[in-house]
Amino acid sequence: MSIQTDQTAKQIFPDARGHFGPYGGRFVSETLIGALEELEAVYEKLSADPSFQAEFDRDLAHYVGRPSPLYHAERLSEKVGGAQIYLKREDLNHTGAHKVNNTIGQALLAKFMGKPRVIAETGAGQHGVASATVAARLGLECKVYMGAEDVKRQALNVYRMRLLGAEVIPVTSGTKTLKDAMNEAMRDWVTNVDNTFYIIGTAAGPHPYPKLVRDFQCVIGRETKQQSLAQIGRLPDAVIACVGGGSNAIGMFHPFIEDTTVRMIGVEAGGHGLATGQHAAPLSDGRPGVLHGMRTYLMEDDAGQILPTHSVSAGLDYPGVGPEHAWLKDLGRAEYVAIDDSEALDAFRTLTQVEGIMPALESSHAIAYAMKMAKEMPKDKVLVVNLSGRGDKDIHTVADIDGITF
Amino acid sequence: MSRLHKRFESLKASKRKALIPYVTAGDPNPQVTLPLMHALVGAGADVIELGVPFSDPMADGPVIQLACERALKHHVRLLDVIDMVAEFRKTDTDTPVVLMGYLNPIEAIGYERFAEAALAAGVDGVLTVDLPPEEAVETSKLFRDKGLDTIYLMSPATSTARLKQICEFGSGYLYYVSVKGVTGSAALNVDEVADKINQVRGMTDLPLAVGFGIRDPQSARAIADVADGVIVGSVLVNRIAELADSPELIPEQVGQLIANMRSAMDA
Ligand SMILES: Cc1ncc(COP(=O)(O)O)c(C=O)c1O
Repeated sequence: MSIQTDQTAKQIFPDARGHFGPYGGRFVSETLIGALEELEAVYEKLSADPSFQAEFDRDLAHYVGRPSPLYHAERLSEKVGGAQIYLKREDLNHTGAHKVNNTIGQALLAKFMGKPRVIAETGAGQHGVASATVAARLGLECKVYMGAEDVKRQALNVYRMRLLGAEVIPVTSGTKTLKDAMNEAMRDWVTNVDNTFYIIGTAAGPHPYPKLVRDFQCVIGRETKQQSLAQIGRLPDAVIACVGGGSNAIGMFHPFIEDTTVRMIGVEAGGHGLATGQHAAPLSDGRPGVLHGMRTYLMEDDAGQILPTHSVSAGLDYPGVGPEHAWLKDLGRAEYVAIDDSEALDAFRTLTQVEGIMPALESSHAIAYAMKMAKEMPKDKVLVVNLSGRGDKDIHTVADIDGITF
Repeated sequence: MSRLHKRFESLKASKRKALIPYVTAGDPNPQVTLPLMHALVGAGADVIELGVPFSDPMADGPVIQLACERALKHHVRLLDVIDMVAEFRKTDTDTPVVLMGYLNPIEAIGYERFAEAALAAGVDGVLTVDLPPEEAVETSKLFRDKGLDTIYLMSPATSTARLKQICEFGSGYLYYVSVKGVTGSAALNVDEVADKINQVRGMTDLPLAVGFGIRDPQSARAIADVADGVIVGSVLVNRIAELADSPELIPEQVGQLIANMRSAMDA
């Protein structure tokens, strides 16, 4: 395991100024430029430093519990009756999602930079929990910004963060969801830039975040590659991942970019259906614009105002997407599709009942698409789904839909 | 000669400093903005920074965030703001107007179309908060070729190398952000501001205006002693918020705040 991604792909993106083709970049107020330049310089130095890499690898092995298994979901495959479905079990990581790969990496950066305080934004709360966890372990002060809407629907994770010693701050501006939490975290960072490290939770935001988050998450795709070769004797025919900001998906995709026989499919949140406009699928139904420091596909109105989003899963409820996905879409190297709320909920139940694995609602979007796709394919084809997180945090949401209150 | 250039030249000749109020267009409703702009000029404003409402004003504190939300309730779009400037120009052809906001609304209508519409309406300059010089190579050129000034921010954290770069990119005036933080945040340190302003003076002939943290006649005066312009925003927007239910009082009362600062600066 190493932080460096493979050389060929690295030369393509991002360029020295953080651009992925026309996307990415550093669209922030002057007040943040100094901090981003410092972070970029430190990251360039440390990512090439073997001792930093060794520490990262050690933490992934002994604290996170990597490598995560690649599991052949035989009963699910049988039930679907087509291609073989394998699950990359990021749900088995410490704290229950892929998010921790990234927070381990960024917390190490914070430590090397001597910042005593970390802040994070969170949607589903998984990134907040993963940030609070590494902060507890390193003895850092931690503040997590979370949309007031999400605080309500992810009460369990809010309490987990508080138990871990983090302060959770409900954000009541704008749409009270993930995008507003990110605005608020940026405002905190501008104000406290001298002592604070901002741990962004997805492969989005101003340069160098999309690159460094990707690099930390690429362990997912690299392991998947090795495990596929060892267990199946070849690479899979497709890798599938849900896309909120895009970190679990880019971590899975990036190492496969040069392997053109492997299809890469990102699954966005279709919410109540693309046609209703109530969704969170900027790649499927948005257009390029500038938000949160990057140029990328956005959900916006004709006047350039960001639109409210909807998804049953808080972690996908975001009007933008990481710039590398925008570029992969335009290049045609990756495909992006949408799965709506009810399809995701069905997949949640199916996987739970057939395999005894309860997926996060975010990951359920990827499962749902894999099931659709597998059905149309012969039995000797192989799909790998990134099971980005476990579903415990979503039990209240599902119970609500079932009309059950505890 | 651009309207901004002319204005700063004549201020210099009369040894006065520019007073630059910021208000968000359409806050608390679109009808208030035009009379408010005229009232600000009547009270002694030299340049007006007119905020373009945006759904995600990342660099702004709660006061201006709420102003954006109030304006967006009335669906005030960038093109509507440009129309307001055209109305303003019917009776005021001298006071420079700078549009201040975020990049996405401009990107949504297209740079070329924006520049043409803004120029035709009588807009003088553009300050795009989330468009630092390195991302602005093409837009800056386009805007300036069309005749719009491009105003850039400098902050306490801006390195010397960047200050030089920003001086080259900027036109009209340069905007020094006096505190680390968002708009409306903590009080400023005048000595620190003076040091930085003196450093930048050696790099450019452009007028240097200071904003963030100026909230009363005293701080306006203190900044006027060291800089060429004083930018006031959150204090005015706060008063607008307090008067949101009786908007007819806004032009006069917000104008009064500016008048008080004007007299302190000229005393
Ligand atoms: C389990 C899980 N999967 C996916 C996501 C979406 O984020 P990303 O697209 O960055 O992987 C989240 C975000 O909270 C999550 O908790």
